[in-house]
Amino acid sequence: MTEQQPEAATAGGDVRLTGIGKTYGDFTAVQPLDLTVPQGSFFALLGASGCGKTTTLRMIAGLEEPTSGTVLIGGQDVTDLPPYKRPVNTVFQSYALFPHLDIFENVAFGLRRRGKKDVKKQVESMLELVELGQYARRKPHQLSGGQQQRVAVARALINHPQVLLLDEPLGALDLKLRRQMQLELKRIQTEVGITFVHVTHDQEEAMTMADTIAVMNAGRVEQLGAPADLYENPGSTFVANFLGQSNLIAAEVTGSADGDLLLSASGVRLAMPKARCATDATKVYLGVRPEKITLAHASATGDIAEGRNRLQGTVVDSSFIGVSTQYVVRSEGGQEIAVFEQNMDRDIRIAPGAPVVLHWNPAHSFGLDAAQAIDAGTGEAAA
Amino acid sequence: MSRLLKWVRAHLVVLAGILALAYLVLPNLVVLAFSFNKPVGKFNYEWSQFSTDAWTNPCGVADMCGSLALSLQIALLATLGATVLGTMVAFALARYRFRGRAATTALIFLPMAMPEVVMAASLGTLFLNMRIQFGFLTILIAHIMFCLSFVVTAVKARVMSMDPRLEQAAQDLYATPTQTFLRITLPLVAPGIAAGALLSFALSFDDFIITQFNSGPTTVTFPMFVWGASQRGIPVQVNVIGTGMFIAAVVFTVAGQWLANRRKARA
Ligand SMILES: Nc1ncnc2c1ncn2[C@@H]1O[C@H](COP(=O)(O)OP(=O)(O)OP(=O)(O)O)[C@@H](O)[C@H]1O
Ligand SMILES: [Mg+2]
Repeated sequence: MTEQQPEAATAGGDVRLTGIGKTYGDFTAVQPLDLTVPQGSFFALLGASGCGKTTTLRMIAGLEEPTSGTVLIGGQDVTDLPPYKRPVNTVFQSYALFPHLDIFENVAFGLRRRGKKDVKKQVESMLELVELGQYARRKPHQLSGGQQQRVAVARALINHPQVLLLDEPLGALDLKLRRQMQLELKRIQTEVGITFVHVTHDQEEAMTMADTIAVMNAGRVEQLGAPADLYENPGSTFVANFLGQSNLIAAEVTGSADGDLLLSASGVRLAMPKARCATDATKVYLGVRPEKITLAHASATGDIAEGRNRLQGTVVDSSFIGVSTQYVVRSEGGQEIAVFEQNMDRDIRIAPGAPVVLHWNPAHSFGLDAAQAIDAGTGEAAA
Repeated sequence: MSRLLKWVRAHLVVLAGILALAYLVLPNLVVLAFSFNKPVGKFNYEWSQFSTDAWTNPCGVADMCGSLALSLQIALLATLGATVLGTMVAFALARYRFRGRAATTALIFLPMAMPEVVMAASLGTLFLNMRIQFGFLTILIAHIMFCLSFVVTAVKARVMSMDPRLEQAAQDLYATPTQTFLRITLPLVAPGIAAGALLSFALSFDDFIITQFNSGPTTVTFPMFVWGASQRGIPVQVNVIGTGMFIAAVVFTVAGQWLANRRKARA
């Protein structure tokens, strides 16, 4: 038998995908896409179920043959290399633990295949890391789902590959353990300098852990960028709705004045910085995040500073959730707008049925082309 | 009355179990008992006198132990052949798309579905027409053929139910295709292979009809010997062999169970 010896993680663990795509029959799972994940970075693939995240990962791992394009890892073209020759390990979405081997042997599997002797210490410290030290001699079916998931993480991580692919590795864990594992993963990633490609449904997880997030939708990368950048400047209605929550108000561009676009939303005059509008179209959506909006009772209109965007409306619903209160306000135009208010000085007059004015700094608005579906990325996708 | 009914209800399962066991084991006990008989006349059907003659001299009957050895030899070789070939066929059918796959799948089932005597006769005709000398080889070929279906069925079910991601995970963890097969695929499919092999051995060892049609004058297997002897009176030693086979089977099963339990308890 030939022992393959992929070198340990050294410099050059960047992943470069060029024009990589996958079709099953006439169904396109992944549209040809270009993607570069820099060496040592934490890259998150975020998207709704079925958008092609797993397929993309599998093409990097070599488990799926791309219909088009090439995969480069550390500058080396690995498109035609079988999985066992790639310096990549995967944490499978379905764990894929070996049922006939105990936990210890599952974790030791990769080391043994590379001809490592004395795996005991490494495996034991790895199992300690994922808090499964006392389960070493159990079989996978004797563990809970969350424990199995941690074994899957340990089994991949112990190899210190150049690139670690994680397919929703923390999905089955409770919140506390999940935060703990997130920190642990992040720590290992920065310490060892492994490139992480992390697939997740959980946008919070993506935003707290990743250096770069790629938001995927129906086999395409909609937008790619740093978490804060994606959140503040979404480039499409899908990203605006999928990442956090957005209020999108249909408006028409009527003119411009010192760097600001002047808009009319069914008669109401609004403004936003030209630089934050992702389109040249005249029909746009003005977007604003719920936490950027301030609520004032209609009788206090006079106290609102000049130059802020304003909308009149009526409170439809309010729900107190501890640190903040979430309001739903129906604007004059009949649109429902979400508002999150910090619980500092609550105006008790602001209750369902009360007439209110919504106001926000025009600089906190962003603009999107109104040719898109306004509700893309909402609903089940936001899970 | 109602108390009796209650008692019956509570113990019905146990009762049924004991009855079924008795039904299965009683004939074997009779065989065991009569292995200690010293029959008067040719037939060993009536109890006359206790004796250990048959046990102290099991090969005392002319040709019997020779036929037993032949049967064991054929059973072992047929098991080996059918298991190796059947496992490969099962993998091919479960894993690959090729021309004639559907036909093969259907044909593999045929020996299980067809009346044995029809298959035996047509196989005999085939060998005759091909001018192949009847004997050890023809019996072996015939046995491998009908055992094959059982191995393929058992192994294929196991291969099909295996999660392909396990092999992918192994490959992802640096296992070459050979290593993946030896360390992941084979251990996971092993129970199916073992079941097929056991079945093959049992079927080959006691096959009579197909063997009868395809054997030569000098190749008399154990079932053929017993059949022949029964015309003239079955020797007591046949009961000894029967009891031996029964005990071997029981020991085998119990040991298997015990091993499985121990593995479960340890894990
Ligand atoms: N072998 C296959 N044959 C046909 N279609 C497939 C196959 N594998 C995946 N698909 C399709 O490709 C699309 C992308 O699948 P993929 O597994 O990459 O989704 P995903 O983004 O990982 O979803 P999830 O978040 O639910 O895991 C899906 O619509 C799926 O139905
Ligand atoms: Mg997936």
